[in-house]
Amino acid sequence: MNFQKTYAIHVQEERGGEVFLFLSGRIEVGNLHLFTSETDALMNQIIPRKLLVDLSDVEYLDSAGALGLLQLQSKARDRSIPFQFDHVTEEAKRMMGLIDRKALTMQPLVSEKKSNIIEQIGDGSLKIFNDAISIITFAGDLTTAVIYSFLHPRSIRWEDLLFYMKRAGMEGLPIIGLINFLLGLIIAFMSSLQLKQFGANIYVAQLVGVAMVTELGPIMTAIIVAGRSGSAFAAEIGTMKVNEEVDALVSMGFDPIRFLAIPKVLAAMLVVPVLTLYADFFGIAGGSVVGVLGLDLTLYTYVQETMKVISIMDIVKSLVKSVVFAVLIAGIGCQRGFQVRGGAEAVGSATTSAVVAAIFLIIVTDSAFAILFTYI
Amino acid sequence: MEKTDKAPVIIVEHLTARFGSQTVFENVGFEVYKGEIFVILGGSGCGKSTLMKHMIGLYETESGKVVINGIDITKADETQLEKMRLGIGVAFQSGGLFGSMTLGENVALPLQEYTDLPPKLIDLIVKMKLGMVNLAGYENHLPEELSGGMKKRAGLARAMALDPTVLFFDEPSAGLDPVTSAELDLLIKSIQAGIGTTMVIVTHELQSIFNVADRVIMLDREAKGIIAEGDPRWLKENSTDPRVRNFFNRKVPE
Repeated sequence: MNFQKTYAIHVQEERGGEVFLFLSGRIEVGNLHLFTSETDALMNQIIPRKLLVDLSDVEYLDSAGALGLLQLQSKARDRSIPFQFDHVTEEAKRMMGLIDRKALTMQPLVSEKKSNIIEQIGDGSLKIFNDAISIITFAGDLTTAVIYSFLHPRSIRWEDLLFYMKRAGMEGLPIIGLINFLLGLIIAFMSSLQLKQFGANIYVAQLVGVAMVTELGPIMTAIIVAGRSGSAFAAEIGTMKVNEEVDALVSMGFDPIRFLAIPKVLAAMLVVPVLTLYADFFGIAGGSVVGVLGLDLTLYTYVQETMKVISIMDIVKSLVKSVVFAVLIAGIGCQRGFQVRGGAEAVGSATTSAVVAAIFLIIVTDSAFAILFTYI
Repeated sequence: MEKTDKAPVIIVEHLTARFGSQTVFENVGFEVYKGEIFVILGGSGCGKSTLMKHMIGLYETESGKVVINGIDITKADETQLEKMRLGIGVAFQSGGLFGSMTLGENVALPLQEYTDLPPKLIDLIVKMKLGMVNLAGYENHLPEELSGGMKKRAGLARAMALDPTVLFFDEPSAGLDPVTSAELDLLIKSIQAGIGTTMVIVTHELQSIFNVADRVIMLDREAKGIIAEGDPRWLKENSTDPRVRNFFNRKVPE
């Protein structure tokens, strides 16, 4: 944009106190700031009895330039100085005619929302309260729909179910394997540094085994699935809401929860436990690399030691946890998606909130399970 | 507001567009003159919007050239493209407004980015532009709080923020009731008369075409190119091409 001064103002004062302003050149948006400050300064310097603005040499006037001229006129009027435009070209007339003067001074129909801290706290609390209600309602709807699906397996959209199993399960295998392998390796390495001092190398295998199977396997898998699939579910349903696709489903008499949420939730319930077992295996494999290469254990001993501490019950508990995590991740993802109102920004925040809420609920539920399993 | 003469502002030559192996149109050429309202029309799927998006450089051209305000956008570098973009405004079919910003912020955005105006003057220009599209007082509204027609008008206000010499408008009447659509036509006419902006409009609304167009080109899906060019009123009465006559007379081809 051109910010150069491309216009000129020539001032001529007559004896009677009349002042002529001869404008020439281009008055446009790029130099409007210059033009208004220059004319303002001029108006402060001289107090004319009458102001005549001659436009005959104006080469170009855009709408911002026309606005500048009208502003000059209204400033003169505010000071009760008679004002007149001279030699206005047809184009300039049309341009100024296009500007609605009332619009320039009109107050906005709604005022900007500025709330104080108390209102913000109130709004925030209401939001949390409404959110809780909407989650509980959705949980109820989802439970009903899941029970209905189990009783009427034909109502399940099997093709969608397989598609989401592939998306959430199969396509997640590489990253889940890699992360848990490295996690097992890190735990084994860090703990070996300590245990070596006591000559307790052999316990590294047990430590990694217990940690992976009871806690880290289910949690890490759940967190990765929340990041990969929970967010995708929220974004997908959210975009469908924005595009009125969800409304279309309702208008055709389909239950959007059965249609959109059930395949995702069931797919997650089926694949997350499998992914958890797969994660456990890779975690233990990662630990065994440290055991074999760094601690002079044989692979056989390492596996033996691992098997010693892990009971079938541990694996069952870990699978139960992972099914619950799966329901939380997919459920929250879908619920946040259905909450979307508005446009692109709402889809973005639904996605973020789906992941944050899922991870939070995973950790809270895991603590609850820790207590529950201790006393059972 | 510069003098209107018959100088071409946009020159399109031998333009071809393809999506994969599917050819949308080939060898299209025409000129748009300063200050006129130029309408690209044709049935659904004939490539009207695609042609517009090629003209504003949103799609890369397969072959041919597009010159806007003397800049060949098919060969231009980034600096030239930016210069070209400053000279044009585009109003999109559903407004293309940023949903997280109020109308005022939407219109102010180009002014904040491309000028050094202080906030007070920007506010004043925003009020003026919203007033021009009959949306005075709506600066604090969010796009989602507006009807379809209002969104289109707000999109137009934003496209006009920097007084472009060429304004592109994609489907101004689509999805609007006849009254709102006619109001928008009047608005387009008054802006063109007041500011002298060259306008390129994509539409297939007959009434709107007769209301606003100085000159039209008609695209056809089968012919993959232009099948008619000229004054729509003349074409309606005098065209010998049955496709053109059917279009203007709303007749189903026999």
